[in-house]
Amino acid sequence: MLRYSVKRLLQGLVTVFFIATATFFAMHSVPGDPLASDKALTDRIRANLEAKYGLDQPLMTQYGIFLGNLLQGDFGISYTQENRRVNDIIREHFPVSATLGILAIAFAGLGGVLWGALTALYRNRLPDVLIMLAVILGISVPSFVFAALGQLLLVQVNGALGFSVLPVAGWGTVAHMLVPSLVLGLGTMAYLTRLMRSSMLEIVGSDFVRTAKSKGLPASRIFTHHQLRNAILPVVTVLGPAIAAITTGGFVVEMVFAIPGLGRYFVQAVQQLDYTVIMGTTVFYGAFLVFMVIVVDLLYGWIDPRVRLE
Amino acid sequence: MAETSNLAGEAAFNRSAARQLALFGLAVLIGLVALMWGLNLLASLTATASGASPAVDAANNAITVMLAEEPPQLDSTRSTDQVSGVVLGHVMEGLLRYDDRGELAPGMAEDWRIDEAGATFHLRADALWSDGQPVTAHDFVFAWRQGLDPENASEYAFILYPIKNAEAVNQGRLPVTELGARAVDERTLAVEFERPIAFFDKLTAFSTYFPVREEFYRATEGRFGADADQLLYNGPFKLSSWVHGQSLQLDRNPHYWDQARIRLDRINVAYITSDPNTRLNLFKDEKIVMTGLTAENLTNALEQRWHIHRHMDGSIFYLEFNHRSGRLTRNHNLRKAMILAQDPGELVYKVTKTPGYLPGESLFPRFLEGIRGKFRDQHPAPTYRMDVQAARDHLERARLELGLDAFPPLVLLSSDSPVSNIQTEYFQAVFKKNLGLDIKIDRQIFKQRLAKMTSGDFDLVLAGWGPDYNDPLTYGDLFASWNLNNRGRYSNPEYDRQVRIAQSAMDAPTRMAAFAEMQRIIHEDVVIIPNYERGVAYVTHPRVKGILRRVVGADTDYTYAWIE
Amino acid sequence: MAETAFTAEDFQPAAATESAQAVARPSLSYWQDAWIRLKANRRALFSLYLVIGLALFTLVGPLVWTVDPSLQDLDQISQPPGADRHAVVVAPHRPWDGSATGSASLAGPQSSSGGLRLAEAPTTQSVRLAWTPLPDAAGYRLYRNLFPAAEGQALGLPLFEIASLDVRHFEDRLDLKPRTYHYSVVALDAQGRLTGSVRSLEVPVSRVVTAQEAEAMGLVEDAGQLSLGDRIKLRAHPLGTDYLGRDLLARLMAGAQVSLFIGIVAPLLFIAFGVIYGAAAGFLGGWADQALMRFSDFVVALPFLLFMILLRVASGVQPGESGITPMVLAMVLLSWPAAARLVRGQILQIREEGYIGASRLLGGGAPYLVLRHMIPNTLGVILVTMTFAVPTAIFTEAFLSFIGMGVAPPTPSWGSMCNEGIKTMLTTPHELIFPALFISVTVLAFNLLGDGLRDALDARMRSAE
Repeated sequence: MLRYSVKRLLQGLVTVFFIATATFFAMHSVPGDPLASDKALTDRIRANLEAKYGLDQPLMTQYGIFLGNLLQGDFGISYTQENRRVNDIIREHFPVSATLGILAIAFAGLGGVLWGALTALYRNRLPDVLIMLAVILGISVPSFVFAALGQLLLVQVNGALGFSVLPVAGWGTVAHMLVPSLVLGLGTMAYLTRLMRSSMLEIVGSDFVRTAKSKGLPASRIFTHHQLRNAILPVVTVLGPAIAAITTGGFVVEMVFAIPGLGRYFVQAVQQLDYTVIMGTTVFYGAFLVFMVIVVDLLYGWIDPRVRLE
Repeated sequence: MAETSNLAGEAAFNRSAARQLALFGLAVLIGLVALMWGLNLLASLTATASGASPAVDAANNAITVMLAEEPPQLDSTRSTDQVSGVVLGHVMEGLLRYDDRGELAPGMAEDWRIDEAGATFHLRADALWSDGQPVTAHDFVFAWRQGLDPENASEYAFILYPIKNAEAVNQGRLPVTELGARAVDERTLAVEFERPIAFFDKLTAFSTYFPVREEFYRATEGRFGADADQLLYNGPFKLSSWVHGQSLQLDRNPHYWDQARIRLDRINVAYITSDPNTRLNLFKDEKIVMTGLTAENLTNALEQRWHIHRHMDGSIFYLEFNHRSGRLTRNHNLRKAMILAQDPGELVYKVTKTPGYLPGESLFPRFLEGIRGKFRDQHPAPTYRMDVQAARDHLERARLELGLDAFPPLVLLSSDSPVSNIQTEYFQAVFKKNLGLDIKIDRQIFKQRLAKMTSGDFDLVLAGWGPDYNDPLTYGDLFASWNLNNRGRYSNPEYDRQVRIAQSAMDAPTRMAAFAEMQRIIHEDVVIIPNYERGVAYVTHPRVKGILRRVVGADTDYTYAWIE
Repeated sequence: MAETAFTAEDFQPAAATESAQAVARPSLSYWQDAWIRLKANRRALFSLYLVIGLALFTLVGPLVWTVDPSLQDLDQISQPPGADRHAVVVAPHRPWDGSATGSASLAGPQSSSGGLRLAEAPTTQSVRLAWTPLPDAAGYRLYRNLFPAAEGQALGLPLFEIASLDVRHFEDRLDLKPRTYHYSVVALDAQGRLTGSVRSLEVPVSRVVTAQEAEAMGLVEDAGQLSLGDRIKLRAHPLGTDYLGRDLLARLMAGAQVSLFIGIVAPLLFIAFGVIYGAAAGFLGGWADQALMRFSDFVVALPFLLFMILLRVASGVQPGESGITPMVLAMVLLSWPAAARLVRGQILQIREEGYIGASRLLGGGAPYLVLRHMIPNTLGVILVTMTFAVPTAIFTEAFLSFIGMGVAPPTPSWGSMCNEGIKTMLTTPHELIFPALFISVTVLAFNLLGDGLRDALDARMRSAE
């Protein structure tokens, strides 16, 4: 187990190096000029700015400097927010995205299991039909439509009640997080519900459930210990990719709900060609995802003893 | 299989399982609540719950507003964008400032004298920084040197060029100490001019001219203006917190000299979003005191029976031709054909539909003052009337002059903003319909568009210009052949001559005549196709009065606002 | 031992008789079986019809509904479906200096209310207003509203303001719709503040069109056929129009070509590449397999959306290009490893199967084995993956278009149409609903079809029957 973990972590580091390299070269092949500004620059000022960001060096030297700084965990200074370090930007804004993501995952994971189990239990009856209809909506409607509708609904509810039940946008308290994270988790929740349903249905008909029933175990114990526990396994496997999708997919929700997350910063940085922020964010997210996948794999091995980690 | 067990047993199992699920659901709920409580704790460590305050908080004499973007930084010597300008306009003050009627008023300077050779400013004794120390003439000299120091690479250095030796300092030809501005004593600032200038007083209200205290600047070690505690304030408000991307809190500055004019104790900037729908929703939910309206949400605002205001922000938008040699758009007849083939009225009234926009007629917008009255009233802009037949004649002439069989597609460069999308699609259709010209749209993100504008990689570009100071020259010198912002590289000795007259003449009639001449040349030479002058329709909270919209300076200005 | 006499006939091969080997049911190939099972699945069949319907809409639709999707009908901007399309022919717009030209015929009671009156018949081309001096005025401001002005209530949208008494007329041309507006003129004091005096006027605006516009829109052969005052019908738009008056149905068809093209071609390409890559890795095995798979691990680790955006910007769309190709390429570049892994896993499994060994013993070469046995046996899995990849690709396109990193205008796509429509969600919801509906239906259809295919192609379920 330990040897396996260490091996995976080392592989992960190599992967991060690969991501950093790919980002660097993708970034530097972008046409356009990160220093261009509304007011035209004189040559002298331009040269000074280039020197400040090391743009006057040959590309490979820049790459070397970038890797050197990366080893020290330093992503440099932002181009647009000239006096801010990229590390500060990530430190301040990633927790926001992560909070949103954790809540969304919690909604998606717990909700998915709950609804999935319900539909399996009431197969082809009213609850099943209703939930599956909702699932179909959740899967097929784009997230930006949900985000806009969610906000509109909040305004209408607040307006109808005459006081503010939940804030329309912004960040700071749990009340601010509720609707955005629900919107963000909706697609994943729908997907997990479907997954849970089919895996429950498969297990209901399996030998060990039948055995458990015939040896007279109480129904509640069969349900929790045999059905739920086994049905959750496939849900855990897709959690890794789901975390990736949710944490990086938060752009739209962050934009619509005016949430100061890292995703919104990334989109802005791309529009502004803020090299250092783009590279910092991408490498950071890449490393984060690699790490999360490893964690989920290890977790899976721990939950399901049948899986041998090699 | 399930069918083998008897129905009663199945039902019992289901009931029990449902009970289990309900328990599980309860556990999930409790878990979620616990998680959120934990996250709330975590969030409160990193952020203030600024989003919770209502639009108007009469008990604390505070209002809540939003910004479209995060200020990149608040170093006044280097700030370039409008959002920083708004924040700086609340927390800083220059030698002079604009009052609530939009006229120049004393700021840090209590009196001043300006002549052809230079200016002298006397600072007021009660001009203090937010730490209680006096604002001195040295602080201005330091700020201006900093703005011009090539190492600092300020993009707005050019606005300091009227000061003697400023341009040479900025280009590194002279040391910063040679700048023609010096502190005679703690409270007297003497400025020498490079050449006579008629509007230096207006410039001193601009943010690049704001003071910076040297010893504080040095102590921040390159992080000046990056956070609330990395700045000193001398304006009506001070920044007490700045959570990046989320909120700023402006509190009344107790050391500000003119306490009488400040009627609010606090301005919460609780939201930073450029999404018009979000802003409208926040206003509807009584979370912010003001929001602009777009064409798309205007009907909604009318249905809400809100009081709508209107303001012209002084920005002009136009199609700029590429006048570089070798470009087809260098041909006068082609340009004339294009300007005759379109109608800015149709663009404004039917396409952009934004309330407050006026069809473009001139390089000089309507707000500019002439001698007594508006410049545009005294010098009405000559305009073209849409005439498709004449346009086609000019196009044919252009074709013969250029020796072409048919026109190749022209490239129309634009940014990726929603308004320019609509415009480019409209122009593409108009020029195709009326002239048979093919237009290729080149939509680029902000920086790529600027890079292409600078390198001249376009035939036409959707461009705009906002005023830096309240004088027609801020528009007029745009098409001077030496101006780097003249991205189409229009070059005309006669136009240049008029710009030089306007730059150095001191008497208004000569200058206004020069501007009128520029207006005529731009029109006759079809340097640009004017599209519109931008206006904004906006709504304000009924209890908050005195919100100012300005053409130059902080737009929006809440320093005069009060709660009724 | 009994002696048996063998004749030569006894050593003849037995005649092939069908009856001995008769099978109770006709033999079915894998694909025939899958097809039968798919047909039995109602939901899958329904989704298959949906997919076919979408294909017809995309490919045949433009042949039936031959409206140019880029034709701008500026007289019918943001028109909801089923609006009245009658218009009266008028002369082209001329600038107005405030003189009352045709006002004689308009001296009706409703056209003059206090000081505010119409100078001409109000049309969607222009509403010309003039007013008599108001008491205590130093200037005037003119408002337009959708509702009658009530005491103390908002007067609506300020259109015009003047700080002098000389100008007492105004021409409104801003976004006029054929409906009733309420105009008010208020007097301003010397400081530009509102005084109490207000004059209001109800103005029913009628839809008009000029003969030239009618000709340009193809309503008549020649502008000369029309005379002023003729009543004609404007172009029909069954699903309404967008913010530039373009036909939404035609736009949806053109958008379908883009969205479905990306949605189908991108998965097709990356799965094809993944199959080749995965098959090579799986078949070669050993260190080559290790190296190939390690590389695919790297690509998997790249954050997908971040790199989609990055590659979209890096590809630098040239003027006049739609940016579809770079988007498809970026998707292929980032998405192939999933298919490669899947195929490799299948191939590794199949490699150990008995029939492969048999085939190898019979002299089957490597290409033969891969092409004849391995790929066909993974085709089912590939097809299912492909079906599920389509909705993901369509969503990605929609998402990128939504944040402004998608296909370049004027090329329509469902995603960019949603992006435009969401802004006017409250006033003209049809601009959002239709493209969003198409995205949803497509995504749903392919998801259900994928489910059905998986069930139909699943070998385990086949044996369970």
